[in-house]
Amino acid sequence: MDDLLREFLTETGEHLDTVDIELVRFEQDPNNETILRNIFRLVHTIKGTCGFLGLPRLEALAHAAETLMGKFRDGHPVTTEAVTLILATLDRIKEIVAELERTAAEPEGADQDLIGELENMANADPATLVTAAAAQKAEQEAEQEAEPAAETSPGIVYQELQRDLLPGEISLDELERAFLEAPGPDDPDPAETLDAPEPAAQAETVLAEVEAEAVPEPEPVPAAPSTAALPSATKAPTAVDAKESAKPAAQPAAEGGEGVAKVQTIRVNVDTLEHLMTMVSELVLTRNQLLEIARRHDDSGYKVPLQRLSHVTAELQEGVMKTRMQPIGTAWQKLPRVIRDLSSELNKKIDLVMQGADTELDRQVLEVIRDPLTHMIRNSADHGIESPEARRAAGKPERGVIRLNAYHEGGTITIEITDDGRGLNYEAISRKIIERGLASEAEVERMSEAQIAKYIFHAGFSTAAAVTAVSGRGVGMDVVKTNIELIGGTIEIRSEQGKGTAFTIKIPLTLAIVAALIVSASDQRFAIPQVAVLELVRVKNGSDHTIERINGSPVLRLRDRLLPIVPISKVLGLDGAEANPGDEGFVVVSQVGRQRFGILVDGVFHTEEIVVKPMSSKLRHIPLFSGNTILGDGAVVLIIDPNGVAKMVGTGSGDSQFGSEAVSEVEEVTDNETVTLLVFRGGGQSLKAVPLSLVTRLEEIDASKIEWVGGRPLIQYRGKLMPLVPADPEIVIRSDGAQALVVFSDGDRAMGLVVDEIVDIVDDVLDIELVADRSDLVGSAVVRGRATEIVNIVHYLPLAHEDWVASKASKAPKAQRTVLLVDDSSFFREMLTPVLKAAGYRVVTAAGTEEALALLNAERRIDAVVADVEMPGRNGFALIQAIRAQARLSRMPVIALSSGVTPDAIEQARKLDIAEFVAKFDRSGLVAALAETQTALGEAA
Amino acid sequence: MMPANTNDAGRDGRAVQAFEEFVTVMVGEQMFGLPIDRVHDVFIASSVTTVPLAPREIIGLLNLRGRVVTAMCLRRRLGLPDRTGAGQEMAVGLERAGESYGLLVDSVGEVMKLSADTHEPSPVHMDQAWVKLSRGVHRLEDKLLIILDVDAVLSFDVDARAA
Repeated sequence: MDDLLREFLTETGEHLDTVDIELVRFEQDPNNETILRNIFRLVHTIKGTCGFLGLPRLEALAHAAETLMGKFRDGHPVTTEAVTLILATLDRIKEIVAELERTAAEPEGADQDLIGELENMANADPATLVTAAAAQKAEQEAEQEAEPAAETSPGIVYQELQRDLLPGEISLDELERAFLEAPGPDDPDPAETLDAPEPAAQAETVLAEVEAEAVPEPEPVPAAPSTAALPSATKAPTAVDAKESAKPAAQPAAEGGEGVAKVQTIRVNVDTLEHLMTMVSELVLTRNQLLEIARRHDDSGYKVPLQRLSHVTAELQEGVMKTRMQPIGTAWQKLPRVIRDLSSELNKKIDLVMQGADTELDRQVLEVIRDPLTHMIRNSADHGIESPEARRAAGKPERGVIRLNAYHEGGTITIEITDDGRGLNYEAISRKIIERGLASEAEVERMSEAQIAKYIFHAGFSTAAAVTAVSGRGVGMDVVKTNIELIGGTIEIRSEQGKGTAFTIKIPLTLAIVAALIVSASDQRFAIPQVAVLELVRVKNGSDHTIERINGSPVLRLRDRLLPIVPISKVLGLDGAEANPGDEGFVVVSQVGRQRFGILVDGVFHTEEIVVKPMSSKLRHIPLFSGNTILGDGAVVLIIDPNGVAKMVGTGSGDSQFGSEAVSEVEEVTDNETVTLLVFRGGGQSLKAVPLSLVTRLEEIDASKIEWVGGRPLIQYRGKLMPLVPADPEIVIRSDGAQALVVFSDGDRAMGLVVDEIVDIVDDVLDIELVADRSDLVGSAVVRGRATEIVNIVHYLPLAHEDWVASKASKAPKAQRTVLLVDDSSFFREMLTPVLKAAGYRVVTAAGTEEALALLNAERRIDAVVADVEMPGRNGFALIQAIRAQARLSRMPVIALSSGVTPDAIEQARKLDIAEFVAKFDRSGLVAALAETQTALGEAA
Repeated sequence: MMPANTNDAGRDGRAVQAFEEFVTVMVGEQMFGLPIDRVHDVFIASSVTTVPLAPREIIGLLNLRGRVVTAMCLRRRLGLPDRTGAGQEMAVGLERAGESYGLLVDSVGEVMKLSADTHEPSPVHMDQAWVKLSRGVHRLEDKLLIILDVDAVLSFDVDARAA
């Protein structure tokens, strides 16, 4: 069965249940407009979707019911008979839906009885309709009434009328559904509600021309399932024809699947998930505390279960997070179809370009924006893009382009919808504003274009003259805006006549998970979303980077450009901000839109994946914070909103740039794994980096505390003496001021790598070019567009503790053993090879299973295999299985490397007789495990 | 959730079974009562993260078993001076509109079961700011217990203050 159909069935089932309940409530309380609107929209949704899927019976029924309810909305008295009739219609719809679910095809049959009755009731007493409306309106209504009457069969007339509107309508309906489901601010002006259903009321609008071009005789399209609902169907005015046209629509769907069953899912209340998440966070917290205790007490009894607990917790956390996140692409799935149908319906040529479909956002947020997005896309196609002729005349390519782009920006998700169409017709909007009495003529005169543009979000404000798919029943951009604002988002519009229109939707990531840089200012910690951080610059009086002042405003010279600096302590009014003018610390260089600025903080700790929790409603008015989070140590930390800070710097310039979509913005899709690197400077100007996973912590020490023992620098660190090693012989260890250190530890040994400055922490795909002649470097790589040397930590370890590696080497056998190291990541191969070599082994490496097996067969002298079990393609287990399958190798000692150990993996390991599981970064563990395999072999021999 | 205590006295004669339980808290010399069905828990407010630029009443945010709780000072809410001297900050956990709050008080006392007989509306000359936050007074033997209106205490117009 078609995905769309399946979705439709699930949705419709729910809608019908709701309508049942609501209708009964409405009967008891006929004056409750809110209920009526809800029902109306639900039925409208069903109708629209049916039309889209080519289900004429359902559609006709829903439409007739809707028409009657439309009359209620217009003030028609609500009678028991009428409600009963609608309920009967709903029952019929349910029957058909049940059949549809079973066979994936609409059952045969006619519904003229019900439709006829509904029609009759709807047309019964037109006089009452006139009550509230002005005389002019009454005329229009009468016209509407008159039209269907002129036709032969009333039931079918409606079908016919609806036909050319249909393909576009579904999402509008869904929009209504979303509107409904969201606890929305309701009760628009009743007068507007009355106006809304008028299809053909206002003549002078922007859309008038489009309509003129679009409406003439659409070409008949061969009856593919989707086109059953297209204009071609307008030529099937009799009941029989309608049914026949439904058949081709239904059959392919039926062929599509025996599996008419719905996808096995359960709906879980978001609160339940949220509670689960809270509990998992709490679990993580407790685990961290336990780990901390275990670190202090060297009681190895705890270690293994604790590690298990740690892994399980991590996995649990990941799982719970995953339940909430979805790529925005799922909300876009229907759009290509919508555009395709619309372009054939409107005789326009439209391309839809979608970027950033994998931008993840919270499921809840996704649900709310799904329909506004569809609606806006349709708006762009319908109102924005001109006909090919008009485009040619305007000197544009015939094909219009609608661009959809989603990305994370400074703690928000930004979605842009851009078209290169005609732009907003400000004149028409102004006229409409005056006509509607929303503002006086004089007021409109004084308005800027941007202000005028905002009126399109006004409730009931539709500039569409004739009824198009979009402007159906008075739901429009106001709903879009309401929906977005409901979740705390904003929508902006920029438009240039003749060039196009761009909508920018910004949604705060209320429950997104982001990497954040933890910084300190005036002894308080804050989180800055990593996406907003371009780089970190250490500033210090008298150094290269010094903060200067222009009339009191701090600025920083950065690569020959002036960067405005915002001292965070000062803008937050923190204590001590005045006492210490704060020209020292770190500048977090950020960018919001096109505006770059630096946030001056006192210290930078590390990056951490944080769960963004919404700000308390009492604190939401503070623009500088976008939320808060609980860190690993249990402290609540505020998340700084770079957008808020940017506003402090001054308002960003918002020039429109149509047609000049920067090519550089197009995402590069790479499947490569990224590695988080700590970038630092040490010795000369070149940048150096080391994988963050190897780093224990970053420290800033008081250089005067450095002691020299036997000509070697040491520092007292956490109750022990820690040797310091300069990252480069050129580095002069400072004797006063602050000295930046990168601390590495291994078991109970620690070493401080002396560096000039910590530059940044970046995620990048590592493509290392190896250098052969330098033992202190693994190689060089391009990180964030700059050549960076990747430091080989193993080189430094013996410099700190002479016995660090030697102690293990001494245990190594006299006769060199050969180890085959299998890992898909060249980076890890390069990191581990020196470790193993230092421990006295000869090392052969392989990048994959095939290569490893080839080597094992060719090279007879391999004594042990160290394999990464998490490799793409055939994984480590497959390799080990293959090894065990060969008689000669069946007793080969194998050590598995893994970044996470699951019970499953352990079970598998036991079966395959794997000597030991070692965590990827546990170098000493690996060496120890290798030594053990030898002992075991020795004993066995 | 609406505590019925305030209305029951005024209603018909069925005041007999109108007992209401209150968690009592002390602020300075004054005792206040909070309807027990609104109180989720009582905890010691430790390691509160201060929020710069926040309204005066908001002391900050704290982590209560994985939830971020907004800590509000009852003293400041009532326009009383801050407490001098040390001592643990006790907080009463409340909830409003899906958000968690911790109301900081000097100390938390016992739970009292009070009959509507002893209930009276707030005295007319009581500070208007207090009247807005209370739901009347209970006459106890040795002192008066002011019943706090939890919703009123937790709601204040942020925008007005921010402006």
